Amino acid sequence: MPDSATLEAVTIDQDEGNFSYPEDYAHDAGYGLDESTVDYISNIKGEAEWIREFRQKALKVFFAKPMPTHWASKDLENIIFKDIRYYLSKGQAPTRSWDEVPDDVKKTFERLGIPEKERKYLAGVEAQFDSEAAYSNVKEELTKEGVIFVNSTEGLREHPEIFRKWFGKVIPTGDNKFSALNSAVFSGGSFIYVPPGVKVKHPLQAYFRINAENFGQFERTLIIVDEGAEVTYMEGCTAPKFETATLHSAVVELVAMKDAKIQYITVQNWSNNVFNLVTKRGLAHENAEIRWIDCNIGSRLTMKYPGVIMKGRKARGEVISIALANDGQHQDTGAKMIHAADETTSNIVAKSISVGTGRSTYRGQVHIPKHLKGCKNNTECDALLINASSRTDTYPAITVRGNQHATQHEASVSQVSEDQIFYMKQRGLSEGEAMSLSVNGFVNDLVREFPMEYSVELKRLIDMEMEGSVG
Amino acid sequence: MRQSLRIENLHASVDGHEILKGLTLEVPKGEVHAIMGPNGSGKSTLSKVIAGHEAYTVTEGAVFLDDLNLLDLEIDERSRAGFFLAFQYPHEIPGVSNANFIRAARQARLPKGQEIDAVAFYREMYAKMDELGMDRKFTARSVNEGFSGGEKKRNEILQMMMLEPRYAILDETDSGLDIDALKIVAQGVNAMRSPERGFLVITHYQRLLDYIVPDVVHVLHDGRIIHTGGKELAYELEEKGYDWIINEPVAA
Ligand SMILES: Nc1ncnc2c1ncn2[C@@H]1O[C@H](COP(=O)(O)OP(=O)(O)OP(=O)(O)O)[C@@H](O)[C@H]1O
Ligand SMILES: [Mg+2]
Repeated sequence: MPDSATLEAVTIDQDEGNFSYPEDYAHDAGYGLDESTVDYISNIKGEAEWIREFRQKALKVFFAKPMPTHWASKDLENIIFKDIRYYLSKGQAPTRSWDEVPDDVKKTFERLGIPEKERKYLAGVEAQFDSEAAYSNVKEELTKEGVIFVNSTEGLREHPEIFRKWFGKVIPTGDNKFSALNSAVFSGGSFIYVPPGVKVKHPLQAYFRINAENFGQFERTLIIVDEGAEVTYMEGCTAPKFETATLHSAVVELVAMKDAKIQYITVQNWSNNVFNLVTKRGLAHENAEIRWIDCNIGSRLTMKYPGVIMKGRKARGEVISIALANDGQHQDTGAKMIHAADETTSNIVAKSISVGTGRSTYRGQVHIPKHLKGCKNNTECDALLINASSRTDTYPAITVRGNQHATQHEASVSQVSEDQIFYMKQRGLSEGEAMSLSVNGFVNDLVREFPMEYSVELKRLIDMEMEGSVG
Repeated sequence: MRQSLRIENLHASVDGHEILKGLTLEVPKGEVHAIMGPNGSGKSTLSKVIAGHEAYTVTEGAVFLDDLNLLDLEIDERSRAGFFLAFQYPHEIPGVSNANFIRAARQARLPKGQEIDAVAFYREMYAKMDELGMDRKFTARSVNEGFSGGEKKRNEILQMMMLEPRYAILDETDSGLDIDALKIVAQGVNAMRSPERGFLVITHYQRLLDYIVPDVVHVLHDGRIIHTGGKELAYELEEKGYDWIINEPVAA
């Protein structure tokens, strides 16, 4: 059991009193995207000129870049950019009453144990917390230690000397079409700085939830952990179901200076109409460690490949990922490990579950150039297929040049056997219960890597997905 | 109402082959019956058909658990109605701890909204594991994964003790057990014998029946019960084999 302080730290942002409201609200950039949309966002935020320029330049890159359809799903073509709202801040009039909220959404809230008072925001009944995410206050002691934990707008406005240096450096605007889009219209997200030697005991946490119909969410997160410092960041997402497609396209950059450690934990449960196209990458300096622990449930299409560039000697990178693709969903996830110094080590453990017509794809890239010595990579990817119509593909691109490295790669595809389910049902478990228990068993060793609260939520999410998927 | 596990003229086939060919048998509540019979005669098939395995098609006949028509129920409903099968080959469930599995099975028997008392549950399970001479480490291990043959069988009995069925079939629970384990497991079963419970024990060896003394012994051959007798029948079979019965004309 986590101590009470941990519990408090992770539940803090569910307290109404801890939400911070901006001065003005009720801003809506309308539908579609052009230079004026970008200006609108910049004006509202009162941004410095360099940020406005950064956005406008990014917009041009976004328009110029083709969709990455050569390897990705054709489904990306179904994103209608002109039907999306790119900026929306709270204060919007409620669009529906609680009675209009579909029963299955209400049930989902209940099952997830989302507090009563949060449910109404989530269902779009009350004023929303969209672009400007609700932040938990950094505890006083952390502030005293010099830890900065603010949203992106505030980070760039109040602390440019810290954030500007690394902003857009780990993931350049032109990395891909969606990183360019994010760079043009980003809003929300966390900016964190941990000074040298400070080891943040409690995980910092933020929730992002998509609430408004057709509302693209483009949060931008930058975490800089200075020499010898440590932090764990947790990000959780649950979204109610809406009928038209929604786009979520975040950019997350991590910088771990010498001897620093960053752990970035995500549990997401998008509704099945969300396009979730996220670019996440960390830069690890000498002897630094970056771990991505990533769990993807839901969404219509997720494309996400957290990466680590190991730039300094003995840097370490790790990606632990769980993906669950239910009927009609496609989880295209994986990892990118770029070894750029001697004796760097990377580890990838990916498990995916495909249910019904769900499809999961593992796409990995491990790059170890010839001139380096003593690099190590371990890649494991295991897929579990629930039905005959489920699908999984694995594309592990491991480019290792030179012979002074150690790499190891294992992959497996398995199916929950009928006899296993029979055995479990003979003990009195329903088909759904037997399935969820089997699936939970499959990911169990990875779930242990999540903090307690998340592993409980994760288990519940898996139960819900599996129960809904059988008879 | 008859208080028994009743199998009436049961015909069942798998992949188009008829395996059970009109099997009739009744285990009244409070009794222990044994089934013996040559390899391939249909003993495990019988137990799986009663449990509801979907690979088998019942073409004729009926199975009753007291007044319940079992064949009308789903596999899990049969279990919750009080039927337990200790498998000849128990399955492994990777990643699911034994404790969680048994707990889930217990939870499935509670009314909706009611939660298991975890402390009481563990206390009870530990006590039963002690009875069976099972090390506590088996609570945390994945169900049956990497268990030795004998450990798997003991684990089946542990589950039976935790689920407290009204009727249980033990399919060759003795095979794979060493002598000491056999005694321990038999003790466990004997402790559960009660006027409220019926057992059907499938075995090849009379030895088990020294420890779990049956009220009745049946011989199953080619999908039918061809002979029924008292506990002394087991000794006779041990000594003479099955041929003398198989070659005698079938009574019914
Ligand atoms: N899919 C199948 N197709 C054809 N025959 C099958 C199939 N499955 C089982 N059988 C046959 O059914 C018969 C009965 O098998 P069962 O497992 O019930 O025997 P048993 O009496 O339990 O034997 P043992 O003492 O060896 O455990 C066997 O001859 C077996 O080969
Ligand atoms: Mg058998």
